[in-house]
Formats: sequence, C-alpha cells, structure tokens
Amino acid sequence: MLKEIYITETNCITPLGFDVESNVEAILRGDSGIQLHNDISLMPNSFYASIIQEEKINSAFAKISTETKYSRLEKMMILALEPIIKNSGVELNAKTAFILSTTKGNVTALANDSDESFNNAHLDVLAKNVADFFGFQTQPIVVSNACVSGILAVSIAKRMIQSELYDNIFVVAGDEISEFVLSGFNAFQAMSELPCKPYSKNRTGVSLGEATAAVLVSAEAKNAKIKVIGDSSINDANHISGPSRTGEGLFRSIQNALKEAQIEANKLDYISAHGTATPYNDEMEAIALNRLGLQNVPVNSLKGFYGHTLGASGLLETVIAIESANQNMLFESKGFDEIGVSETVNVIEKNQQKNIEYFLKTASGFGGCNTAVVFEKIK
Amino acid sequence: MTQNKTNIQSYITIQNNEIVLNGTSVFKIEPTDFADFSKQAYRNFEMQYPKFFKMDALSKLAFLGSELLLSPITSEEKEHNIALVLANKSSSLDTDVKYQESISDKENYFPSPAVFVYTLPNICLGEISIRHQLKSENSFFIFDTFNTEFMSNYSNILLNTNKADMVLCGWVEYFNDNYKAFLCTISKEENTKYTNETINTLYNK
Repeated sequence: MLKEIYITETNCITPLGFDVESNVEAILRGDSGIQLHNDISLMPNSFYASIIQEEKINSAFAKISTETKYSRLEKMMILALEPIIKNSGVELNAKTAFILSTTKGNVTALANDSDESFNNAHLDVLAKNVADFFGFQTQPIVVSNACVSGILAVSIAKRMIQSELYDNIFVVAGDEISEFVLSGFNAFQAMSELPCKPYSKNRTGVSLGEATAAVLVSAEAKNAKIKVIGDSSINDANHISGPSRTGEGLFRSIQNALKEAQIEANKLDYISAHGTATPYNDEMEAIALNRLGLQNVPVNSLKGFYGHTLGASGLLETVIAIESANQNMLFESKGFDEIGVSETVNVIEKNQQKNIEYFLKTASGFGGCNTAVVFEKIK
Repeated sequence: MTQNKTNIQSYITIQNNEIVLNGTSVFKIEPTDFADFSKQAYRNFEMQYPKFFKMDALSKLAFLGSELLLSPITSEEKEHNIALVLANKSSSLDTDVKYQESISDKENYFPSPAVFVYTLPNICLGEISIRHQLKSENSFFIFDTFNTEFMSNYSNILLNTNKADMVLCGWVEYFNDNYKAFLCTISKEENTKYTNETINTLYNK
C-alpha cells in the first residue's frame, strides 16, 4: 500500500497579492493582473501582460533579508517559500527535499554579456541560490518541462515520498516576464491583442504573466489542505510546438490519473484546466475532456486573472484550486464570453457555491507534454 | 512501495567524436565539430528521418543516442510504454544564447519561432516520443552534475508503480560544441549482463 500524500502548506506571489488570501479576495472581486504595458525594453509595441511591480517585490523582500545579490525571480521564489517553510516547522534535513520548477528561470541574465551573468542563467545555479537562502541539506532537484513544470513537480514530489526517499518536499515554481519569452510567443503569433479569453469564440492567443507559487508536499496528514490521489504525465508523440488534434496525451494523462485515484470520471466536481486561450490548445482540451465524458464538469482557466505564467502556472493554479475546494466555491473563468470550442465544455461564467470533493488539475505544453493530477478534499 | 529488482538492459555513450554501445565502439571519426559528427553518425547508421536536420544540437544528441537504443526494440505496429527521464547541466542554453542574439540587436532583430521552440530542454523528449511513438511519461531534470542516484531512483519509481514498462534514462549535455550523452534502458526484465554495474559506474566508464 502506497503512502497517502498531502499538500499541507501553500503560498503564491502574483500581481494580485503576495499571499493566498489576498489572491482569492482579488479573484472574488474579479480583478485581473493583466494590464496594458508600454515598455520598449520588453517589446517594441504595447502589449497586455500580468506583471508584478518591482517596488512591491523589493519592499516585501527587504522585510525578510538585506541581501542584494538575488535576481528578481530568486526574490519572488524566496518570498513564496519563506512563510511556508517557517510555518511548517519542518526540519531541513536529509529527509526534506527541494524541487524547483521553471520554464526559463533567470533567462534575463543572458541579456547581460558577462561570464558571471551567464552563469546565473543556469537553472542549477538558480536552484542553489534559492536553496542556500534557506539552508536545504539535500541537492535541489530542478524540473524543466515547459509549461507543465509546476504541476509535474507536485507529481514528482508525490512519487518520491511514496518511494520513501523523503518525508517532506518543498516545491517552488516560478517564471517571469522577459523580452526573451515575449518576443518568442510573439514570433509564434501566439499573443493576444487584448487580455486573453480562454475557451471563447474570439480568443486569439495568450497573455503572458509572471508569478511564483510554493507548496509543501508531505506524508504527514496533520494540517493537510488537500490529498493528492492520482497523477500522470503523458506525451502526445505528435508535434513539438502544437497540441495533438485528438488530445491524446492529455486524454491518457487524465485517464491514468483517475485510475490511480480509483475514482470514476463522474466523481470530479471541478476541473482547473490549462486554457491558454490559443485556438489550438483550448480546442484540444475540449476534445480530450469530451472523450472522457467530462463535458459537464465545471471547468475554468485562471489565465484570465494571471496570464500564462509558463512553468509557474500549474502550481499557481493548483494553489488557487485548493482554495476553491476548501471554500466550496467555483471561481469564474475570467475573459470567457461565448463558447468558442467545437465540443461542449462547462465553463464557469460566474463565481458560485458548489460542494467540491474531488478536483482535477491539468496542464499541457511545448514538446507535446501533458500532466494531470487528481486531488481529494480532506474529510 | 514494493521494490522489484530492475536491470539495466543496454547503454550508450556519445562523446569525443565516438559512439560506444554496450561497451563497444560502434562509430568513431577524426576530431570534428558536433554538426559534422552528428551528420556523419546519422548517415553511417542510415537513420532516414529528415526531421533530424531541423533539430537543434541538444535534440540531435538525444536523438542519436535514443535511436540506437530504441530502434531495435520498438516497432510501428505495437505501442511501447517506455518513459523518458533525461537530465543535463546546461538545459537548452546553447539554443537560448542563439535566440538571445537574434533579439539583442534592435537594428538586426529577427526572432524565429523555429529557434524559439528549441529554447526548452524537454523538446528533445518530444522529438524522441514522436520518432518512436512513445505516448509515455516524460520529464527533464537539471543538475550541476549527473545525479545518478536521483535518476536511478526516479526510474525505479516509474517501473515499480507500473507507470512505465521500461525507462530510457540518462544525461544529455550540450553547450557550445561540448557534448556528452549517456543513455540507458532500464526495466524489470532479467538481464545478467550488467548485474555488477550501476548507472554511475557505466556513466564513468
């Protein structure tokens, strides 16, 4: 019998707030972090994105450290981890691991042409800088699997605790807005001219965003916020930069995760989906959900609040979905107007009360990767 | 968790203009750059997969290694649950630097989607998955040096929880023409050939 696995602490740093509570309040008010920006150091033209104000990061960081050596992203990651490491009381010993998940890490360091700066663009260096701030004893594990990184990290943490290698694993996920990523999505013609509109008829692409999120994954049931009961991460084996038309990888990931969770698809009360608002991604998700008979389960994408935060998105959206479940409240899928995918999906149009026992989190990304994790509310 | 014995089935090392398969040198040429080495290796083994030429160097390196390990055991008729668990030090930095150059000079600004897509280390997992039609678990890790203990543990978890029947596990490092790939296949199937070996001992051979 495998150990039962829980998430016992959560936190997030986003344009909507620097803790979970303020983020949920902002979501309930209908606020979005996505704003119009004019910054030629990031993009030649104006663009919509969800960006955290520099001063907010610096003033929050000044309250916990006087060190000036950390990059902007490192500060955001440390800010996400700091309160949960403190609150948990977990000793950072040989049985406590640290997983850092990111898509591009400190890629902004590449814009500066020096050896020191280049060294900082390495993801293992980023992880070491964050780990050493807290004094982790174990070697950091970095997961970099495009846009599924954050949720894949939860599934990897679960598996490692179940195999009894560790008792506790702190997971942080983070990505920031950069000229590198903005220009790339723009070159792909994947950027929306207006704030993104997941699953909508008039969606034209992503709004990018930045955030960090952190959780503690543990075998300890005390103070548990949610139980992690099934997970899977299956590749489409179809295309490196576009999703499978049949949603095969996502379909199989969800199917496997439900099987491990030992629940039928009709037990799911809520789906926190990926919903990037690109035409192909949202269509693919609708097809995969229909193939599993999940078309009537309430679904949202939180991209309308946060933009697409790349590797951070899966973990950030899990943190918010846990609040959804514990407050028995479905949050609106911001930006949605008229259904714009070929198959039926039950997109949440307004905040509403609903009893949530089981929910599913999914993500998909470049390279054909998909991840699905099933969660169960603590009784 | 029930810990079943897992066994290394085959392994391959690519470095210094040479490919060594299960301890035997199968391809070696005079010192040259990776672009030339990889092209010659591709032709030598008659791989016939034109997409190879569109790949960045990291994907080419991972592709060459996986091709020689997986082609003998995969077929189009049958599905194979072979998980991919790869790691390196430099992520996709070799391509990241090239992409950064394409946007740094505003007078000469030419971001290309064909380059941008390779600024993710897990793209090489996608390339291998497409080639061998592996609809399977895949994850890419970054470490300062090859963390053989973690990679071996994680592969065993996938096998012991039946999330995979076989794991292609290894290290694929590429930056600025410096490269080393070490890949091995691991499964529960009996194999006495490498009983006294571990990923660590084979990697360091």
